Amino acid sequence: MTAAAVGHAEGVNGLLSAGAGNLAEHRALLGPLPSLGPRVLLSMVGDSGLTGRGGGSFPTARKLTLVAGSGRAVLVANGAEGEPTSSKDRVLLLEAPHLVLDGLELAARAAGARRCVLVAPADLLDGVLAPAVAERRARVRLVAAPEGYVTGQETAVVAAADGRPALPFQPVQPIWRHGVAGRPTAVLNVETLAHIGLIARFGVAWFRSCGVPDDPGTRLLTISGAVRSQGVWEAPGGTPLGEVVQAAGGPSEPLQALLIGGYHGGWVPWDDSTARLPLTRAALEPRGAAPGAGAVVALAASSCGLQAAAGVVAYLAGESSGQCGPCVNGLPALARHLDALARGRERVDAVAELERLAGMVDGRGACRHPDGTARFVRSTLRTFRQEVALHRDGRCSGRLPSARPDRSMPWPPS
Amino acid sequence: MTNALWYFGRGFGVSALVLFSLVVVLGILTRAGRPLPGLPRVTVSTVHRTASLAALLFLALHVTTLLLDPFAQLRVVDVVLPFLAAYRPLWQGLGTLALDLVVVLVASSLLRHRLGLRAWRVLHWLAYLCWPFAVAHAVGIGTDNRSGWLLGVVTACVLAVLAAVGWRFTSRRFAAPVPPARVAPPSDLAGLR
Amino acid sequence: MAAELTIDWTRCEARGVCLDLLPGLLRPDDWGYPMAREPGRIVVTATDLPDADVAVRECPRMALRLARPS
Repeated sequence: MTAAAVGHAEGVNGLLSAGAGNLAEHRALLGPLPSLGPRVLLSMVGDSGLTGRGGGSFPTARKLTLVAGSGRAVLVANGAEGEPTSSKDRVLLLEAPHLVLDGLELAARAAGARRCVLVAPADLLDGVLAPAVAERRARVRLVAAPEGYVTGQETAVVAAADGRPALPFQPVQPIWRHGVAGRPTAVLNVETLAHIGLIARFGVAWFRSCGVPDDPGTRLLTISGAVRSQGVWEAPGGTPLGEVVQAAGGPSEPLQALLIGGYHGGWVPWDDSTARLPLTRAALEPRGAAPGAGAVVALAASSCGLQAAAGVVAYLAGESSGQCGPCVNGLPALARHLDALARGRERVDAVAELERLAGMVDGRGACRHPDGTARFVRSTLRTFRQEVALHRDGRCSGRLPSARPDRSMPWPPS
Repeated sequence: MTNALWYFGRGFGVSALVLFSLVVVLGILTRAGRPLPGLPRVTVSTVHRTASLAALLFLALHVTTLLLDPFAQLRVVDVVLPFLAAYRPLWQGLGTLALDLVVVLVASSLLRHRLGLRAWRVLHWLAYLCWPFAVAHAVGIGTDNRSGWLLGVVTACVLAVLAAVGWRFTSRRFAAPVPPARVAPPSDLAGLR
Repeated sequence: MAAELTIDWTRCEARGVCLDLLPGLLRPDDWGYPMAREPGRIVVTATDLPDADVAVRECPRMALRLARPS
């Protein structure tokens, strides 16, 4: 470990305490950008064990190294955040835009990138990011991310950064070889970049002093649903699920399950043993879940898990970009069967059909949208097995199946 | 002798037109996706290509024969540049245009992997221009040749192609699948927004 | 493994030519799109390689790619 830490600002122990409204405040709080060289930066990021905070959990140093050799790399900061259950990127960009831009500048230096692009929702660009970029005269191109679930997918972000419509595509060569403007491209989540901004200043040991060995540092979590204080919270890696819920004020009513990782994530039933599970990849994988981008939704016991899940799959079906046959055909089919199951109106064995269709769409698209939807469906069937039995018996542990659903499903399907 | 050249020239021309009409119909069937009963899709695709090359061959014979026929007054320049011919320049010109387009269609299809999908697709739409020109040329070019059999053959070709094109542009089978309407996430799991 | 066949899903329109040429490797899904018979990647053995090459060439949408391990 050769990097010299710049110093330790009082009270800065994570991203959310490093927020500043403008450049002057930011510099006053954190000091100037460290003048560390590319190799030192790369090794610091590597030693820190920082992994992607956009859902992929890919080791950040490796991503930067892949594009570093070329000398003509492009770095894209992904703040698109299409996932409705995640708001942490929005909050981070609002609270600490300069920290994100610091991280982008440092990551670009580490990767030898001469071009930086920041993709984010238009309202954030106008309100916060354009002024911040102007303040520091940064050479960062700002690109508005359109609304939509799949606009946060890596290839959609690359397309947007490349001036094309923000639709996922299937690259012939990997993005790290041929991406924006044909150059080696690395797409990093804005939270990941913010962490780099602090690691470069305060060092690897500081970063690793929080969290656990296989999930060092902190994570931004969006905690919503049946909790007393919904919001974005910063927690050390490896925080047990029970403490995560406590951070948001605890349950507002008895819970039955947590949805972890957003709509492409998985369910974990809520009980004393699962409350002790740390929010890490290793702990959640056997349960068919993963931290993802840190979105945690608490489902009340008074809700019907199948109805809620049916609503999610109907939403996901509508968010298909329509480019790929298996997705645009398969997701509405999944939505129809799950809806039928949720309403107690199965015409065929919906569980068998759902499993079959999930296998049919998984991996057969230009992006991970069908894969994530399949994962969510499978997790739903696994977690709410008892609910399925109840529904087949004409009952429901939550609202009655004949109750008006939140959104009407278009029927018959077009 | 010249009579023979004239008749052969027309014969090759009519054959080319019939084959090109078949090519258009097969091209549309290739796009139809699900197989016709008993017909593998790869066969439709292959016959489409083979027929187009056969049609090109007959077209070449049609042109060559007529170049050799003094009565047709066809010069080499008339084969590539339209509307310069001595005999019936308008109708001849349409034939020339159709031939030019056929050359573009065949060449671009042979090289489509080099051209890329988008460029090839745009060029291949020229088929919808090429075929009507060929039909107009066939109908308009002859005087004493408004004979029943020729009109009968041309009518059959036109009906077949119109039927296929009509089907192509009205059937939902050719429509790209559309995702269902976007809906809001369920309120229980909608996040903070 | 001789090669891997990948499908560009943004191009595929279920025309079905590859399904005819590679019946041992591919089957149609519920909507006519090609699906691997074996779960996972579409591995093309040396026996199927010539047919796979033809499929790549013949696909009307140029949606197939054959990646040979380098």
